[in-house]
Amino acid sequence: MHPLADLQPDTPARLHSLDGDRSFQRRLMELGFLPGTAVRMIRRVPLGGLIELEVRCCRVTLRLSEARQVQVTTP
Amino acid sequence: MPTTATRAPLVAIAGNPNTGKTTLFNALTGKQAKVANYPGITVDRTEGPGRLPSGAPVRLLDVPGSYSLSARSEEERISLAAIAGLGPLERPEVVVVVLDATQLSRNLYMAMQVMELGLPVVLALTMVDTLADKQHKIDVEAMSAALGVPCVEVTASKKAGLDDLMAAVEGALEHEAGPPVPWVLPVELAERVAPIELALPAAWDPAGPRAQALALWALLSLDEDDEHEAIEPGLRAEVERVRAAAEADGLNLEQEIIAWRYRFIDAAEPSFNAARETRVHERSDGLDKLLLHPLFGFAIFLACMTVVFQALFAWADPMIGWVEGAVGALATFTASVMPDGLVEDLLVDGLIGGVGAVVVFLPQILLLFLFIGIMEDTGYMSRVAFIMDRVMRSVGLHGRAFVPMLSSFACAVPAIMATRTMERRRDKLLTMMVVPLMTCSARLPVYTLLIAVLVPVGTGGPWTQGLLMAALYVFSTVLALIVAGVLSKTVIRGPKVPLILEMPPYRRPHWPSILRMLRQRATVFLRDAGSVILVAAIIIWALLEFPRTPNSERDFAGERQAIEAQLVADADGAADENGLTGTDGATNESGAAADQAGASAADSERLDMPMAALEEALVDLERDETAAQLENSYGGRIGRMLEPVIEPLGFDWKMGIGLVGAFAAREVFVGTMGVIYGIGEDADEGSPMLRDKLRNEQRPDGTKAYTPLVCLSLLVFFALACQCMSTVAMVGRETASWRWPTFLVVYTFALAWLASFVVYQGGQLLGFT
Repeated sequence: MHPLADLQPDTPARLHSLDGDRSFQRRLMELGFLPGTAVRMIRRVPLGGLIELEVRCCRVTLRLSEARQVQVTTP
Repeated sequence: MPTTATRAPLVAIAGNPNTGKTTLFNALTGKQAKVANYPGITVDRTEGPGRLPSGAPVRLLDVPGSYSLSARSEEERISLAAIAGLGPLERPEVVVVVLDATQLSRNLYMAMQVMELGLPVVLALTMVDTLADKQHKIDVEAMSAALGVPCVEVTASKKAGLDDLMAAVEGALEHEAGPPVPWVLPVELAERVAPIELALPAAWDPAGPRAQALALWALLSLDEDDEHEAIEPGLRAEVERVRAAAEADGLNLEQEIIAWRYRFIDAAEPSFNAARETRVHERSDGLDKLLLHPLFGFAIFLACMTVVFQALFAWADPMIGWVEGAVGALATFTASVMPDGLVEDLLVDGLIGGVGAVVVFLPQILLLFLFIGIMEDTGYMSRVAFIMDRVMRSVGLHGRAFVPMLSSFACAVPAIMATRTMERRRDKLLTMMVVPLMTCSARLPVYTLLIAVLVPVGTGGPWTQGLLMAALYVFSTVLALIVAGVLSKTVIRGPKVPLILEMPPYRRPHWPSILRMLRQRATVFLRDAGSVILVAAIIIWALLEFPRTPNSERDFAGERQAIEAQLVADADGAADENGLTGTDGATNESGAAADQAGASAADSERLDMPMAALEEALVDLERDETAAQLENSYGGRIGRMLEPVIEPLGFDWKMGIGLVGAFAAREVFVGTMGVIYGIGEDADEGSPMLRDKLRNEQRPDGTKAYTPLVCLSLLVFFALACQCMSTVAMVGRETASWRWPTFLVVYTFALAWLASFVVYQGGQLLGFT
């Protein structure tokens, strides 16, 4: 289990659990970020502290600090 | 009040952002949509007429796009309120949910929330053309069967499928309610949610399936740090009790409810969407490699922003010139056909001048929104927020605030309108409060004049003037960022909101939609902000114009009569001597006079001298009279009354009058100073006469009025004070309140006063003059 923020590109991964503010968790889950869902890391912008992810064909950007609150499992 | 029986049925069009929802709305309504505000908040409510295949009219409502009906603020709650018809809002007869075929499962999530409310629903599938290139099809009939509601493919930009959609809407209108949804909340969850259903306010009309849907909404929207203002405490308490009880049993209700909906999607979607993977992002990926590149991406971003900046500054200028020219021509024409007098002045200087003060903003507003429209439509705006997030976040601003901040270097009025691109009220407010601090172009004439007075050309270093100007830009920008940081931690505090930003695929802009948006923005500005600016412009004009009696010992009327009498006498004498019939020759120093025979020309030249001088005296007299009138006007009196307040800043009462005039628009300061110093109101910042007058102006005690320190103090004051009624009016319109514009004026003037005080008094203490 790793934080989402540490995910490498092209590593197949599944969401494991979400943490953080209730509204943050809820928003992510409503966008399809539910435990068990496949997630792909598209790019990381370390300078901007951002990470772009793909879940259910949708591209979503999070801050790295907030992506640390989401755990993923990799095979 | 018309009853629903007499009004055409209301059809709401809802959906996720970036689905082509507004394009569809535009294609269905033609050009007649009207923009208004939802009551109490500044979210656009766009409604337009549409026609069913039978010819019967419907009213179409463009509901703001959102990923879910759940909401953490009043602004977001509007999607639910407009669809479910909560509070004062009318309940739609049918809801059309627009679905992006390339991101179907996420789009279906919101469609499910709408269908749970029990309203007749029609699904409109867009972006199918994007899929078709990939031999990837969605079976709309199977989709209709799986979801139990009609589903229609549309391509709004090509006007394809619109008739089918309206036929489906007409069919849906025959039903009072939608069919029962094929997904049922598990009993264990339904039992836990039931107490919330009982706590719903009666005004929400919680009956049938609607009650459970609204209870689920409450559970997913109300929490410790939401920003709802109009939720009944009883409902909130019940939600918290139910949630705590579930948590005590180890159950995360939110996750259970959301997962329940996605479980249905995952089970149903394969029956109508064979290939759930889409490659729609692949085309964007190449572009994003470049546009989001840490180095090149930033460089391209800066280049784009430079174009926007240049456009607002340079390209808008000729357009502003045309507007001013047209208003000027109208004023001249009106003045020429009307008899001189008070009514003429009111019409020409007050009303037409005031209208000019409004329409002069249109070129910059339209240009800025053209760029914003292109950036939003192509998907680049999300990348702007991406690129600017870190910088802007460090002072509490939203990444999208960068565009309004940048455009406020040209003008704060369009910049404040542009804060609409941010969803959160707090982000909008914070941006609106600091945007007026940036150095807008209206400050430039004032800066130019004062810098020229401070550093006459030829003195100081060769770069002194330019450096001073640049310093003012840096000063205002740094201060705006500091103020943003301070306000975001004090007055406009709010819970830190995590960034969850969708990166839509790049798309070609849809020009008809952009043009229509521009027309709507212009209408909204003219109607809502324009009326306030017009009234304020007339009030300030009247303050500086009345009473029209110079409060002076001088007998202007007597002096004028004396000069005119002498002029007439001299003209008669000249005419007699030269055999001329008119007095025109008197002012001719060359031309006709030079053609005269030598001796006669010499004669007339000798005679011209005193006459030209007399006419000049008459002009001077008139200027002195205008100056005296201005001094005695209400505005002038306010300026004098201000003296004790502005004296510690080094300003005298004449500058006080200038500050009163500057509230109409900062550049008016220059013209007002021209009048006060008897140069005439046409003086501009380049007038050498005005510069010399200011440089030589003395206080009663004989010391110079415009010492370098006073100029600096004035510059700082102009940099910080929000002396712009249009900005204040715009903030009033965009916040729908008096509180925020008042706060803006009070804090910027307090800041300006304090900073000028420090400059002037500190400078004096350090021994500068």
